Amino acid sequence: MTILDFLAQYWPRLLSGTGVTIAQFFLAAVLGIAISLAMGLMKLSQNRVLRGAAITYIEIFRGTSLLVQLYWIFFVLPLFGVSIDKFTAGYVAVGMNIGAYGAELVRGGILSVPRGQWEAALAINMSPARRMWRIILPQALVNMLPPWGNLMIELLKGTALVSLISVADLMFQAKQINGSTFLSAQVFGTALVIYYILARFLVTPFMRWLERAMARKLGKV
Amino acid sequence: MFDWKWDFVWEILPRLLVATGNTLLAAGAGYAIALVLGLVFALAQRTPYWALTFVVREFVEFIRSTPLLLQIFFVFYVGPQFGLRLSPWTSGMIAIGLHYACYLSEVYRGGIESVPRGQWEAATALNMTITQKYRRVIIPQAIPTALSGMGNYLVGILKDTPMLSVIGVAELIHVANAIGSEHYRFLEPITMVGIIFLAISLPAAGLIRLLEGRVRRKLGL
Repeated sequence: MTILDFLAQYWPRLLSGTGVTIAQFFLAAVLGIAISLAMGLMKLSQNRVLRGAAITYIEIFRGTSLLVQLYWIFFVLPLFGVSIDKFTAGYVAVGMNIGAYGAELVRGGILSVPRGQWEAALAINMSPARRMWRIILPQALVNMLPPWGNLMIELLKGTALVSLISVADLMFQAKQINGSTFLSAQVFGTALVIYYILARFLVTPFMRWLERAMARKLGKV
Repeated sequence: MFDWKWDFVWEILPRLLVATGNTLLAAGAGYAIALVLGLVFALAQRTPYWALTFVVREFVEFIRSTPLLLQIFFVFYVGPQFGLRLSPWTSGMIAIGLHYACYLSEVYRGGIESVPRGQWEAATALNMTITQKYRRVIIPQAIPTALSGMGNYLVGILKDTPMLSVIGVAELIHVANAIGSEHYRFLEPITMVGIIFLAISLPAAGLIRLLEGRVRRKLGL
């Protein structure tokens, strides 16, 4: 079977798998960014309890594998009476994992904002929340966007693991098609190319565009 | 609901410890392959042959932006299609070694590029051959810069070994899953795997930081 015959026959399943992968990516990204922001700010907090909680979270999620976390959320949480369906378990696990890595980026970004900016905001009598939101975070965002580009690629690759709890993403469809046809080179090769296209021609250009747009907005270009 | 059974933990602990050995072995062997192959990829990108540079560069980009899980499946299943049967261990080591070789080649590249131009010129002035230049002058100076990246990926490879479970390598998650389905209890095995990972990766990260400082001091940085 040539690759064209193969694609003609199996493109609907590969396409639906790609759709699920993209959905998982977006949901995990939203969750991951929210967690990064919360944990990054908590780690910088004066309050010892908040800081301790953030450090614990970050060390646990960075110290164990994503696959272990995914299985834990899927198999073990139901035992505590929290039962979530596999689709939710998938993006929650990936998002929580990425959130721990992102928290360090947020922290680094905030610390990279010059001291004078903090003092100036204080001098014009801004409240701490307003100062963070209006003055510090926008500048921190510009500084931390380049590493976020890499993290988003890691996130996309991480979503492939949700196939192991039977979420019907691209990886899962590829595995199923391989199981019934044994056209391994065609199916896994096609899936690799699709992931590559998503990463190289969608995620990376979008992040580059965002970097430029943010820099322009802050008058840095 | 929540019934953690300690006697079950003691019962399965020996099997988990054997699996921990396999996990460490897989991480070590994969890292050894990646260290060597990564250097080959990094040096190949510095040759004057633009075609070779281009092919290696694109290959590294491709591997880095596609999921390791998919690559593991690819290596394991595509061989038999062409009459080449690889054991789970062999294909797992090829996939994970290749994946991390691409990451490490970027780390090496950064290290080599951080060596000042004057060092190259001085080596040329001393009439050194290209091999001598790299071995005696450039690489020793590139290593301190590359060390922290190399350490991060050592921990990274350890955390990615659970993916080898999908092709039947008897590492931690594979054994934990087997225990889980034998006894219909996932709480203890999966949680224990998480704890074992933390117990290895947290001290490892600390140790690597210590070693990094030592090497830097020894080189007078």
